Parts: sequence; structure tokens; C-alpha cells
Amino acid sequence: MTITKKLLTSAIASAMFVGAAQAEISDNTVKIGYLADMSGTYRDLAGPNGQTALEMAIADFGGTVNGAKIEVVSADDRNSPDSASSTARRWVENENVDLIAGLVASSVTIAVSNILEENDKLGIVSGSAASSITNEHCTPNHIHYVYDTYPLANGTASAVVKEGGKSWFILTADYAFGHALEGDVTRVVEENGGEVMQAVRHPFPTSDFSSFILQAQSSGADVVALANAGADTTNAITTAGEFGLTQSGQTLAALLLFLTDVHALGAQSAQGIQLTTGWYWDMNDETRAWSDRFMEKTGVRPTMVHAGIYSSTMQYLNAVKATGSDAAQTVRKQMMDTPINDMFAKNGFIREDGRMVHDMYLAQVKTPEESKSEWDLYDIVRTIPGDEAYRPLSESKCKLVTQN
Amino acid sequence: MTEILGVPVAVLSGQLMLGVINGAFYALLSLGLAVIFGLLKIINFAHGAMYMLGAMCTVLIFDAFGVNYWVALFVAPVIVGCFGILLEYFLLRRIAGQDHIYSLLLTFGIALILQGVLTNIYGVSGLRYSMPEMFRGGMNLGFMFLPYYRAWVIVAALLVCFATWFMIEKTRLGSYLRAGTEDSQLMQGFGINVPLLISLTYGFGVMLAAFAGALAAPIYSVSPVMGSNILIVVFAVVVIGGMGSIAGAVITGLMMGVVEGFTKVFYPEGSAAVIFLVMVVVLLIRPSGLFGKEA
Repeated sequence: MTITKKLLTSAIASAMFVGAAQAEISDNTVKIGYLADMSGTYRDLAGPNGQTALEMAIADFGGTVNGAKIEVVSADDRNSPDSASSTARRWVENENVDLIAGLVASSVTIAVSNILEENDKLGIVSGSAASSITNEHCTPNHIHYVYDTYPLANGTASAVVKEGGKSWFILTADYAFGHALEGDVTRVVEENGGEVMQAVRHPFPTSDFSSFILQAQSSGADVVALANAGADTTNAITTAGEFGLTQSGQTLAALLLFLTDVHALGAQSAQGIQLTTGWYWDMNDETRAWSDRFMEKTGVRPTMVHAGIYSSTMQYLNAVKATGSDAAQTVRKQMMDTPINDMFAKNGFIREDGRMVHDMYLAQVKTPEESKSEWDLYDIVRTIPGDEAYRPLSESKCKLVTQN
Repeated sequence: MTEILGVPVAVLSGQLMLGVINGAFYALLSLGLAVIFGLLKIINFAHGAMYMLGAMCTVLIFDAFGVNYWVALFVAPVIVGCFGILLEYFLLRRIAGQDHIYSLLLTFGIALILQGVLTNIYGVSGLRYSMPEMFRGGMNLGFMFLPYYRAWVIVAALLVCFATWFMIEKTRLGSYLRAGTEDSQLMQGFGINVPLLISLTYGFGVMLAAFAGALAAPIYSVSPVMGSNILIVVFAVVVIGGMGSIAGAVITGLMMGVVEGFTKVFYPEGSAAVIFLVMVVVLLIRPSGLFGKEA
């Protein structure tokens, strides 16, 4: 009897050992590297507060996963693909970083995703806009979580065309992201029966937009669309207001605006602008509760990127817990198999190209009279179902999709 | 309608106007740089940061004390100017007489520290500052809609530029200044307090930058990083005009505003580079700058 018992226990023990050997957490530590613009143009939309969101997720998760500790390292990518690449390489090759999170400038993301693929580590992209990240630049080693230029164009541009804005003047930031957005917008405008009369590319960054606004005014287009981001967008909107662009009957459409941009502009200058967002802090009790906690720590309301960092980190840690592994492909598969239902997304799912598909929202900036507080800025006008918002797989150029 | 290279003349006149307005900012900023370099031989890389401080200060004293635009236009440059005098007294003075590279590195370091610290406190999205009530709206000139505020920018900038030129070139104080930098020992001998004169000159140059910042606050996004981009352009303007030439800095500033404005119409992608292109050409043909004295 005792022998059988001993045998049985040792059999179980060895089975457990084998199980542990197959799926284990390297160095008994899950190490997350947070790489983002911490000091430049894109600081406020992700930046140091994004790291706070990441740390909130780890704390809420309990600080450890299956007994392994969770560590965070962070670095400023300075919006430079070169600087970001050398940091990423050091992290994954020498410092055992398992996941790179944050990732804001599209050029940085594309550079880092190649390093992740070479080393078979995982990256979760929360800040970048270019839809090419999960299209021609897709890898089996990264996930694009919050939004991209495809739904930005789909949401805002199609809404504006349907309201009667048929002829378009596009003001584009002259670099990869602006070009991608301009392309996506042109497609949507033409599909909906509109016409792009002129697209002017301005240098990045530009502080004085008066010359471009004057060109937009004299073009006579119904819609003046801004395919730029950050300070370029806020500067252009301020100047458009000063030159009375909307008073003369033209519609101003900003294609990428973050909550922090709208907050900087204020309801007075930004009122009425339509925009597409992946998330807004004041949508329901769940989003408000999380945002209150975030605000306690940071003093500001979270952008969609902050919320996405929290949500994706949770999703990642849950996958590590379920599989007992921090190997990139194991975790990625588990993340793809698990629908995302939290304060950030409902029934979100990750496709094989790495795109996290979830509902997007068409919002309109409130008037100063409607806005009850400093951060009470958006009215959600329409929910755009995820399948409609994102590029369908049938149009995908991603190597992971076309091979199948 | 008459056209030039496919662009209606009306549009071009509008762009000419805007070019002059932007040029007015360049003129104010390059004037401060030219004063500081011409009289003190300091390459002031903190000039962009001082412009930023002027704008930030305008917004912050409004938020904290409700100081209105007109008062801020005077107070913000004075506050920043005093800060400049402190910098000169405690830091720049210690490297006086050394190679130019020392002042360049020191002021560049100061600029980075100011920008970094303020970014940490205020972020980069920009602070809100609304247009003063009386400047809301604008006039229709027939070929363009000119906001009142932009018209005011030209008037204010040109007045300040002219006053500065007049003071340095035509008054007794100006002659002391020029003489003091030419031969400080001799001036000391005449009983002039040259170190004080130098502190005040640096403070004045910084004030000009801060004034441009205060003037920019209602129309540009006010943030800790606003000075870093404009700095290099303004340096190019000073080089084109001739290092140290006061009138040259002002005239070149206005000219470059117009050149940049037209580039934005004919080849917008090149508008960030056109001033540097002009700089290269000028340096090749006339190395001392358009208005510089032949070295």
C-alpha cells in the first residue's frame, strides 16, 4: 500500500515537473520594458503616465504571476527609431525582457517589431497610429491594441462625407504616419462619393499654420481635414479659429485627436469637432471608476492609449498565468484565444495579423455650455462596430494572413 | 483673375502679408540674438528657451493672478529679463573671454534644463491661453481675412525693433554699450560700470525674446518645447543677415518670413528647409552675411 502510495506521489511529482519544464517562466521573472516618448511631442498621450497605467495593471493583478515576480524597466525612445532599436535590442538580448509595451511613434514601432521578431519576444503596441503596423509590417511578435489610421479615416471621414462634405482639402504631416492617414482618408472619401481636391503636405513639426489655412480657405473645399497629430493639430485648429475658417462655411475635420490635445485646446476652440477614438473615460461606470483611480495618481484623465496599456497588460499577465509561460508564441496564442472584456473593450479579439479588433467611437467635442468640467469634453455620437471599423482580413497584405 | 505660376494674385498677396507677420517674429528673435552676439560675443543658444519662458510666463501669471494680456506683455519680458541677468551674473560671466564654444555649450545646457524641468511639470500638450477680447475677429482686406491680432503683431514687433535699433545706434547709452564691448578697459577708465552694462545688455536681449514669446502666446500652442524648433531658424536668419548686425537681423527676419511664406504655396514640403538653403547660398557668395561688415 505504502509503496503504491509512494509511487503515485512520485509519479505525480514528476508529472508536475515535466509540466513545469515544458511551460515555465524564464528566470522566474516576467520582465516588461516600457518604451515610449517620455519627453517629446507624444509625451502626454502616453509617456510617464502610460507607465503609471502599466504599473496599475501589475498592482491590480497582484504583483506576481504564478509565483514569479513582475518587473518593469522603462526608457525614453525620443521618437527616434535608432535610439529605440538599441534600447530594445539591449533589453531582449541581454536583459531578459519578455514584453515591450508602450510603443508610440509608428516609425519606432516598425523598427522595434523587427528586433522582437528576430529574438522571438513579444510587443504590445498601444500608441502608434499607422495601419501598416499590422498590414505590410506585421510580425508574429507584436499586437496592435488601441487604434490605427484605418478606423480614424473610416469613422471621421465617412461621417463628414455623409453630412454633405463632398469636396476635401487635406493638410498632411509630411512623414510616414501622415501619408498613411492621407491615403486611408482619400479612399474613404472617394468610396462615399466625395472628392479630394487638394492635399498639401506640411513639414513636421510646423508651428505657424496661417499660410496653409489661407490656402485651405481659398481652395473653396467643403471640408478641411487635418492628417497630422499632437501640437501640429492643435496649432492648426487654433489658427483655423483665428482666421474664421468655420464661420466662412467650411467644416474642419481633425483625423487624430487625443483627449490631451482637446484639453489643451479647450472646449471654446475645439467645440463641434468630430473625431474618432478607441475609448473615452466618461462612457460608463467602469471607465469612470478606473479613470478616477488613474487621475488620483497622475492628476489628469487618461487617454485611450493609457487605458489600452492597462487593458493589454492585464490581458498579457492573464495569458502568462493561464499558460504558465512567458514564451512569446505561447502567450500570444493564449491572448488570441481569449476575448477581451474589460473597461477598455467589450468582445475585443486579437486577429492573426496582430490587430486587436474592438468597437471604435465617433465623438464630438462639447460646447463650453455643455461641458460641465475641465475634462468633460466628448459626446459619443456613434459606436462603430469593430468589424466595420478595422481593415478586413480580406484586404490584408500581412504575411501571416496571405500565407494561409 | 490674374495668376502667377498658376496661383491667383489675391492668394499671393495674402501669403505676402502672412510672410511679413511671421517675419516680424523672426525679426524680434533674431534682433535679440544679434544684440547679444554683436555686443557681448555670446552665442546664446538659450534664446529659444527664453522665447518659451516669455510665452509660458504670460500664461502662468494669467492663470495664477489673472494678469491681463497688456500687463503681461510688459511684465513677462521683465521677469524673464531679470532671470537672464541672473544667468549672466552667476554663470555666463565666469566664461567671459573664453572661446565662443563655451558660451554656446553653457547656454545650450541651460536651455535643455529649462525645457526638461518645465516639461516635467506642465507636459507638452500646450497650455491654454485665450485671445484678448478686443482682438477677436478680423477685417476683410478683399484678398484675405486678416485677424486683428496678426495686424497688431506687425505693429508691435516693428515698433520694438525700431526702438531697439534707435537706442543702440543713435543714443548715448547705445554708444557706451558699443564702446564698452569694443574696449572695456578704456571704458572702465572713463568711470563706466562695464560689467553692469553687460548684464543689462544680456537681460535686454533676453527680454526681446520673451516679448516675442508673450506676443506669440495667443496664437501659437504654448508649451515647454515651443522654443526648440524656432531657435535654429532664427540662428539661420542671423547668419544670413550678418552676425551682430542689428538692422540686418530685422530686415533679414522680415525677408525670410516672406520667402518661407511663398515656399509654403509653391512647394510646401520644402518650407522647413528653404531658409537654410538661402543661408548656404549667402554663405557661399557673401560669407559675412547680407548686412555684415566684410571681415
